[in-house]
Parts: sequence; structure tokens; C-alpha cells
Amino acid sequence: MIPMLRRILRSGIVSEPPPETAAEREMARLGNEILRILGRALTIRQVDAGSCNGCELEIHALNNPYTNLEGYGIKFVASPRHADLLLVTGPVTKNMEHALKVAYDCTPDPKLVVAVGDCGCNGGVFGESYASCGAVENVLPVDVRVPGCPPTPAALLQGILAAVRR
Amino acid sequence: MRFFGEPIEFDKQAGIGSPVWRGRAESGAELQAFAVAAHRSGGRLAALWGEDRRSDGEGFRLHAAFGLDMGHAWLGLDLPADNPAYPDLAGIFPAANRMQRATRDLVGIAHEGGPNGGDARPWLRHGAWPADWFPLRHDSGEGREFSNSPSDYDFVQVGGEGAHEIPVGPIHAGIIEPGHFRFSVIGERLLRLEQRLGYQHKGVEKLFVGRNLAEGARLAGRISGDSTCAYAWAYASAVEAACGISPPPRALLLRALMLERERVANHLGDLGALGNDAALAFGFAQFMRLKEDWLRLNGRLFGHRFMMDRIVPGGAALDLEAPALAAIVEQCDAIGREVKELKKIYDEHAGLQDRFVTTGAIDADLARELSLSGMAARATGLLLDGRCWRQGYTPPPPWSALGVRPATDERGDVAARAAVRFAEIFESLRLLRELAVGLPDSDLRVEAPPVAGGQGLGVVEGWRGEVLVGVAFDGEGRLARVHPHDPSWQAWPALEHAVMKDIVPDFPLINKSFNLSYSGADL
Ligand code: SF4
Repeated sequence: MIPMLRRILRSGIVSEPPPETAAEREMARLGNEILRILGRALTIRQVDAGSCNGCELEIHALNNPYTNLEGYGIKFVASPRHADLLLVTGPVTKNMEHALKVAYDCTPDPKLVVAVGDCGCNGGVFGESYASCGAVENVLPVDVRVPGCPPTPAALLQGILAAVRR
Repeated sequence: MRFFGEPIEFDKQAGIGSPVWRGRAESGAELQAFAVAAHRSGGRLAALWGEDRRSDGEGFRLHAAFGLDMGHAWLGLDLPADNPAYPDLAGIFPAANRMQRATRDLVGIAHEGGPNGGDARPWLRHGAWPADWFPLRHDSGEGREFSNSPSDYDFVQVGGEGAHEIPVGPIHAGIIEPGHFRFSVIGERLLRLEQRLGYQHKGVEKLFVGRNLAEGARLAGRISGDSTCAYAWAYASAVEAACGISPPPRALLLRALMLERERVANHLGDLGALGNDAALAFGFAQFMRLKEDWLRLNGRLFGHRFMMDRIVPGGAALDLEAPALAAIVEQCDAIGREVKELKKIYDEHAGLQDRFVTTGAIDADLARELSLSGMAARATGLLLDGRCWRQGYTPPPPWSALGVRPATDERGDVAARAAVRFAEIFESLRLLRELAVGLPDSDLRVEAPPVAGGQGLGVVEGWRGEVLVGVAFDGEGRLARVHPHDPSWQAWPALEHAVMKDIVPDFPLINKSFNLSYSGADL
């Protein structure tokens, strides 16, 4: 226990101010906006609909102590039934098309969809083919697109905030 | 050169990549006899794929790569255009099962015979295209549209009183790739796990067809995002062998540097996630912090947090100057100190060790039987690492000069896979320091002029295991066929075995301890 505590103390709090303006006022405003729009904190269900897993690595990084997404009241949940927002990476494979639609249908209204990565936005290097539907918007209505291969954690955070602001 | 006294003649592949010998089997029987001999001598089935060569006035070709003591034996078997069939290999190497089914789904060349008459179930084809249409045949037609109707899958049923099934997926709870797991349980005891994968199949192999070398490199770097350097290197190495060129020494060392940085990044993340799955949030936070530091330096030095597109056929696309190399050495020292401290905490944490030790165990015999490679194989005590010297095997440069020390652990459980990761982080940090101070002066890149009809096989020891890429050029020097092979092909079935003595709540931890790729194997 003692070494752990020592380690925790030495690491300190590394969570950083949010990207963009980095202004706390802005965060407070966004927090209020999230509350106004959703009446509570934001919950995200991430769906990998065919990515190379690169985008997932950066989505994981949102949960590291630097970005500390939960500190904004934004949380990843296990079921689409508990989600306000679907964070979808692509390209949407034909083999995932059905499951993605089911996840979307299970998500209660009003719901937001953020398409992640070049692949999620336009099919990326994989495009459309016998095995790929390409962009997420070819399968679901999309609210916000976050390009990048993969997009950085900061870009992802901005995309999520942009979706909530809509 | 011949192996095991079998009649097949092999020639060593050109170049300085991993040692590969190429040969041709005259008949299915010859291939089968070779497979039996390879299996008897403790060899592995490394990869299996098919190729349509009818446009060259030939038929089809089956490719099988075997991992032997001294390197890889790459066998081709030509099959007639009208009846492309070959004898089943899954009865010899169980790992052949899914590869053979994928080969039939994509190329339409089929295995015959085998255990219980052979596994007739499709693997990658879930109903998005018809059974008599094969995407990797050159006459399959561009942009064909089919109705997408998900098909049922014939899971093996487990009977008996109190036994029931838990279906999970394809979408899992968590930020993870999709796949379907069918658990058969009694109470919370796991009796059986059967995987159905292929949900990530996005037609990568077809996308390679007709591309130039640079386009191919971009694609290869996106087979599995967590192993982008391993794939880019294996692809480049295959292309270089096919073109008969070698990358300059500085580029070779830079590649090794990127590959080791990729290994450390993934191991750091996995050790954090393993802590998390065993309810040690402290470990998760600490390791994720270290991983983020690591990726940020990648971003600064390589212009990309995962170093995508920095390894290219003929060399490297980026150089590192002295200050960058100094930053790498400094970071290795700092992270090394912290990981050492964290390792002590992990080792002494009773709750963590209670979850890790004996959980999800497989032994070396099973690992060998399943042709397992990489970190999970070394965690059963097998000394299998393409970077390391072993009896009869000389690693390719730059590893041969670096004297890489392999990490092994006999226990085969979650604890062993964690311990191997710790040991490999320390060894990679040592290698990174050596690489950073020893970069020779040379060009970064040489031309890779494609040779019409050239072929090559690249093999790289990625963080998860052995990554292979087979490449064939067409008459104009464009890519005619590229087959990337992820170590997860062999490791997924090992996971099915590893869970069998455990309980349902242990599954996430066991799964994480393997951390296999879906995209890499679904292609
Ligand atoms: S955008 Fe890039 S990182 Fe994301 S899934 Fe596509 S290829 Fe992978």
C-alpha cells in the first residue's frame, strides 16, 4: 500500500485542461449545456464497426489520466440502451452493418452519432467494396465527423463536445 | 536444400530479411507429407493462403508457410483451374482450420477430407456475398452488389444437465473490436468457448490487387492499427525480397527502433488494462499515463503517435536527428525506472496475483500443437522469438548484432503473460538505448523497382507475435496478391482452450492477457 501511495503522490494530478480554448469558463459553460440538453452527464457507447483498431487506441487515450474524460461527466457505457451518443469507427463492414443498426435502434432518442476517423467519415483507405459499406453515414444518420487516421484524443474530445453543442 | 529428407527442393529467398526458403510441392500428397514431417519435428503452420494465377495461363496456387527451426519454409502447390482442391491440413495442424475456410471463402479453392470430413462452415463469409462468388478471383468483377443477409452459424452444442449458452457480441461491452463469443457454461463454470469472427472483414486483400507499392504500404500499415510498424516492415521486407534489394543500414535500425517503440507502447497499455480487469485502478491510471507519455514522444519525433507510414519499401520515410535520439534515451531511462517500481507493486499485490496466477493457463504442448507464436507462446516457456538466436536459427539484421534476450515464463497463465510483458519492456528499453546511440550513417532509402512476376515473404516479430506478409507482383510490376497474416489466427483458438478451467467472470481478464487482433485476422 505504501509504495502505491508514494507513487500516486509523486505522479500528482496530470489531468490537463481541455483542448481548444483551454478556458475553464468554456468547460463550465459546456458542462451546463450538457446538463441543459441531456438533463444529466453524457454517456457514450463506442461501436467499432470495422476499424483497424487504430482509432480505438486513441479513444482509449480519452480515459487516461491526462484527458480524464470522466472528469467532464462524460462516461463510456456498456449498453447502447444507456447511451446518449454513439461513437462509431469504421469503415462499416458488411458483416457489422446489421449489428450497428441494431445498436442504433437500441439507443434511446434523442441520440447523437459521431463518426470517427477517416474510415468512419469517408471509408478511408478501405472505401466501399463487396465487404465494406464505407462511411458510417452510409448506414446511420451522422451528427458530427472527426477525421484523422487516427484522430488525436484532442480532436476526439472536440468532436464529442461539438456533437453535444448541436 | 531439403528439409526432413522430403523430396521438395528449397531455395533461399534473396535479401537480408528473416530467413525464408521457397519450394514447390508437385502434388497434394507431397504437401501433406511435408506438413506431417514439419509437425513431427515441432514445426508450426505459420500461414496459409490462396492465389488466382489463371490470368498467367495457370490455375490456382495454394501457399503454406511453415515455421521451422532455422526459419520459414514457404511452399507453393499449383492447382488446376477447373478443380482447385488440396488435401486438408487441419488434421495435422489444427491452426489450418480457419485459414482453409477463409481461403475457400475468398479464393474458392477448397480443402478435401480432414477430421469429420472437414469443416464446411464458412469463416469470413457471413452472408454479404453468395457462396459461389469469390472476391479474390480476378474475374469476380468490380463493384458487384449483393444483398446483405447475415447467416446463422452452426455453433457446436454442449449438452448435459444444467448446461446453457451465453452468447456475447459481436458488439462487446467496452472499447474493443467486434467478434462473437459463444460460452457454454454450468453455473459460472466455463465448459467451452467457441468464437465466430470475421465481423471486421473489410476486403483488405482485394484492395491490394492492382495497387502500386506505395499504396500497398499505406494499406499494410492499416491491417491492425496497434501493429502498424510490424506490418509495414513485413510488407516492405516482402517487397524487398521480391525486388532483390536491401534497405540501407540506417533505415534498418530505424525500423527496429520503431518496432520496439510499438512493442513498449502496447505492453504498457496491456499491463494497465490487466490491472484494471483485476480491479486495480491504480495500475490502469499509472500505465496509461506512461503510455500517453510514450505516444506523445512518438508524435513529436515521428509526426504520428503510432508511427504509421514511416516504414516504406526500400527503407524508412523519416530520419531522427541527434536531439531526437537523446530524447529517446532519456525517456527510456525515465520510463524504465517507473515500470520497475510498478512491477514491484504488481508482484507484491496479493489481490492482483490471486487473479493472475493459474488463471487462463495453457501449456507448451498445446502452444506447439496450435502453432502459437509470440508473446503468448513465450509465456508457456517456448523460446520462439524471431529476433533471438536459438539452436539452428540466426536472426536477421539488425537483431543478429543486438543480441536480443528472449523473455519466457513456463506458467502459461495470465501471470506469465504479464511477466513476459514486463521483461520485454525492459529488454526493449535496453535495445532502444543501443539503437539510439548506434545509428550508422547511410542513406535512408533505396529505390524498389518492382520485378514483373516477383514474389517475396516478409516475417517480423511484432509485439503480439509473428507477422507475415506474402507479396506477388503481376506482369507490370503492380501488386497482384498480398496476403498479410496476423499471429492472432493461431492465438484465437489458444484462447478457446485457455478459458476452459475457469469461470465466466475471469474471461475478460484472460482475453485481455492475450489481447488479440480482430481486424488483423478478419482482413
Ligand atoms: S481512420 Fe486510420 S486508424 Fe482509424 S480505422 Fe481507419 S485506418 Fe485505422
